[in-house]
Amino acid sequence: MPTHDLPAPFDSGLPERMPDPAIRLPRRTVLKWFAAAAAASQVAGCLDRSGPGGLAPITAPGYGTDPLLTRVYKAGDAWPLTLTMAERTASVALADFIMPADAYGPAASKLRVVDFIDEWVSAPYPGQVNDRKIIVPGLAWLESESRRRYGAAFATLSAAQMDGICADICFEKNATAPFKVGARFFSVFRGLTAGAYYSTPAGWKAIGYEGNVPLPKFDGPPPAVLAMLEVEQTVK
Amino acid sequence: MPIITAKTAQPTYDVVIVGSGAGGGQMAMTLTLAGLKCVMLEAGRAYDPATETPMFQRPDQAPLRGVGTPEKNFGFYDATVDGGWQVPNEPYTQGSDDPARKFWWWRARMLGGRTNHWGRISLRNGPYDFKPHSRDGLGFDWPIGYEDVEPYYTKVEQLIGVYGTNEGRENTPDSPEGVLLPAPKGRAAELLVQKHAKTVGVPVMPIHRAVLTRALDADTIPAKLFPGNEWAQKIVADSMRRRGACFWATPCGRGCSIGANYQSTTVHLPPALATGNLDILPNAHAREVLLGADGKANGVLFVDKTTGNEERVRGRIVILAASSGETVRILLNSKSASFPNGLANSSGKVGKYVMDTVGTSLVGQIPKLENVPSHNEDGAGGSHFYSPWWLYKEQLAGKLGFARGYHIEMGGSRDMPGGWNPLPDDLGQGAYGTKFKEAARRYYGSFVYLSCRGEMIPNEDSFAELDPVVKDKWGTPVIRWNWKFSEHELRQADHAQDTFTAIFSAMGGTVRRAKPKTGTEIEPGGKIIHEVGGALMGADAKRSVVNGWNQTWDVKNLFLVDASPFPSNSDKNPTLTIMALAWRTGDYIVDQAKKGNI
Ligand SMILES: Cc1cc2nc3c(=O)[nH]c(=O)nc-3n(C[C@H](O)[C@H](O)[C@H](O)COP(=O)(O)OP(=O)(O)OC[C@H]3O[C@@H](n4cnc5c(N)ncnc54)[C@H](O)[C@@H]3O)c2cc1C
Ligand code: SF4
Repeated sequence: MPTHDLPAPFDSGLPERMPDPAIRLPRRTVLKWFAAAAAASQVAGCLDRSGPGGLAPITAPGYGTDPLLTRVYKAGDAWPLTLTMAERTASVALADFIMPADAYGPAASKLRVVDFIDEWVSAPYPGQVNDRKIIVPGLAWLESESRRRYGAAFATLSAAQMDGICADICFEKNATAPFKVGARFFSVFRGLTAGAYYSTPAGWKAIGYEGNVPLPKFDGPPPAVLAMLEVEQTVK
Repeated sequence: MPIITAKTAQPTYDVVIVGSGAGGGQMAMTLTLAGLKCVMLEAGRAYDPATETPMFQRPDQAPLRGVGTPEKNFGFYDATVDGGWQVPNEPYTQGSDDPARKFWWWRARMLGGRTNHWGRISLRNGPYDFKPHSRDGLGFDWPIGYEDVEPYYTKVEQLIGVYGTNEGRENTPDSPEGVLLPAPKGRAAELLVQKHAKTVGVPVMPIHRAVLTRALDADTIPAKLFPGNEWAQKIVADSMRRRGACFWATPCGRGCSIGANYQSTTVHLPPALATGNLDILPNAHAREVLLGADGKANGVLFVDKTTGNEERVRGRIVILAASSGETVRILLNSKSASFPNGLANSSGKVGKYVMDTVGTSLVGQIPKLENVPSHNEDGAGGSHFYSPWWLYKEQLAGKLGFARGYHIEMGGSRDMPGGWNPLPDDLGQGAYGTKFKEAARRYYGSFVYLSCRGEMIPNEDSFAELDPVVKDKWGTPVIRWNWKFSEHELRQADHAQDTFTAIFSAMGGTVRRAKPKTGTEIEPGGKIIHEVGGALMGADAKRSVVNGWNQTWDVKNLFLVDASPFPSNSDKNPTLTIMALAWRTGDYIVDQAKKGNI
């Protein structure tokens, strides 16, 4: 029978002592980590993968046409994850800015949304490969925009600073020319974040989905809903 | 009795059945309960819904949150094994590069075939649907009428369990009193559509689906289905008792581990196996029907996919139920001196008059459905309501510009979220943060889907043939599809779009996209996965492939019991009719075998 609890704790497969960038890190950890990464790679934010050895093609196979459907999959089970620590860190921060903790539910990082984004952009299928070409360079764009404006990594920005950038890229239709690329990225990223967020029990609660539980009978919409819609139940 | 391998097959059987879906499953059940020894060849693997169905698995427990991919087209949890629009190692080709003339062929390679994941919509053909040519001069009449099939519709409904109501509507038959299971309550969006569609003249009512809204009455039904055969009654009663009633959760497309909806694997095959008269041979891909010197079929040549070897199995009667496209393929590949153009093809009609259902959809956004208090609408795992075709009189009077009708399938959007962004950018208007969550909640459940499912008239340009060059992995020539819709279908789709727009506007909603140019809205051929035709049933041996008993004119112990014999494809989804005709054919075979005629 079903279990409705969360999957077992995630094993990121990353070396020990590295921060697990699926969760929101304390600001000072991020700062320290970015300083180390920047020193090591000489690339500001080290998110730019456009150079040689850059955005590597996905070569892993898919899950096939007859995968086992009854097991619980975690990100990384079906194919290896490919985002770098820096990309994951920026993703966690952005996803939490898009889906913060509030009265509706927890922050995206609590639901490990970044794992889903990583799994998505690491998948071998054409739709996901397309999104990879938007998300990975988009994260680099976000990082460089953050440094240009505020001289700091996106994950370390204050809420007001993040808002400064997001306000320019949050609506593709209205984005001005310099922000078109960022806006495309933001639209796809937000869609992926929401797709992941609302696939969890906490997300179901946030959006108002009640279901996936066995019931002895089905009564249809409750009276308050019928009244609001000004309809009657016609099946007796 | 059991799942066997090529090595453990008996040297000979009474009947060889190819395919384990709706047609093959029903046939196996009917024949084994009558005492005939059967072997069933299935090209796919064995499959057990009790252990393999992901019932309560959530999207966040699947790769990519369960969204569709090229390897699992209808989502990770969809009950399709080794199938979809493409099947590994089994290509098909197209007669034309024009996308409008392409045929999309959905297949599954698993025990039970496509009945594991079908939509369970189970509608009877009406009297007009068997005599369309008599009514409007187009297409073909069936050599049989509604009255011939009616008793079998009733039997199948009682066996598989179908919910719905009797509404006394034109060409939309009622079932006898007490046969249908209770219809589930309407959901919010369905009730709202019902109320407002009425104002534009479109009636909305409970649909018929093969889902047990309560347990079947195992104490009384078996005696009605198998009068005088107590042994069969007991087996069927036992099998019925093992099926649970729907518990109002989990989408039916994943299959049902408790057997609360119809799948061949939970309804037809368990009792057939319980008779001890059925051997099921999975991974066995039939290539040819073998013909004896006496002009009768005497077995089937198949590829054992586990070894790649060619094998033979013998039987006194051969049944093809491989799905209509594949049945055509087997016939065309069964060439001999007496049938150089394929078996049972002296008429030259094998492969001709392939049909699908006319499909077109529209999504509406309905402000009245915004911010509806959250409540559970999982229901019976599929649609509860539909609109049967309502303009028979206007159509007959020539007022519509197209000759055949459609029904409307509908759905709201309070189903399980996950995988996709629930808030389109144009509605979100750039929202992020708490504003996004607010808007997502506001719009969740406010979208309504309306889909046309309409009748296509058979035509000379829509047919299946063998590709002269391309072969599958095992060297068997593959099907090449040819496709064309006529003006009737294009205008019908157009009419449906106008109707949907009118319904949404009556609901105070807006259409999610503007109406495109006339005739561009129809889904390509095959997309609705109601693949029928290709082995025309008729009254004349020279102009058809099978007679009114699904029996080929040329080879009298060869029967086709998928949808290949359908001379027309009414708007009513085909599967209930496949099963009714398979049962009827099974009874005929038992009778003829007793009389020594086959
Ligand atoms: C998503 C979906 C939704 C649908 N919804 C509905 C609905 O709501 N209502 C409705 O009426 N219909 C619906 N259909 C259509 C319905 O599934 C088919 O009409 C029905 O399954 C056809 O039964 P069949 O026995 O002819 O073929 P299938 O169910 O396809 O079974 C054929 C079997 O034969 C096997 N086979 C094929 N070739 C060979 C060979 N050469 N040798 C051995 N075995 C072979 C296949 O592997 C398969 O298992 C739907 C289909 C899909 C995919
Ligand atoms: S909705 Fe009911 S019939 Fe459908 S899969 Fe779930 S329990 Fe089974």
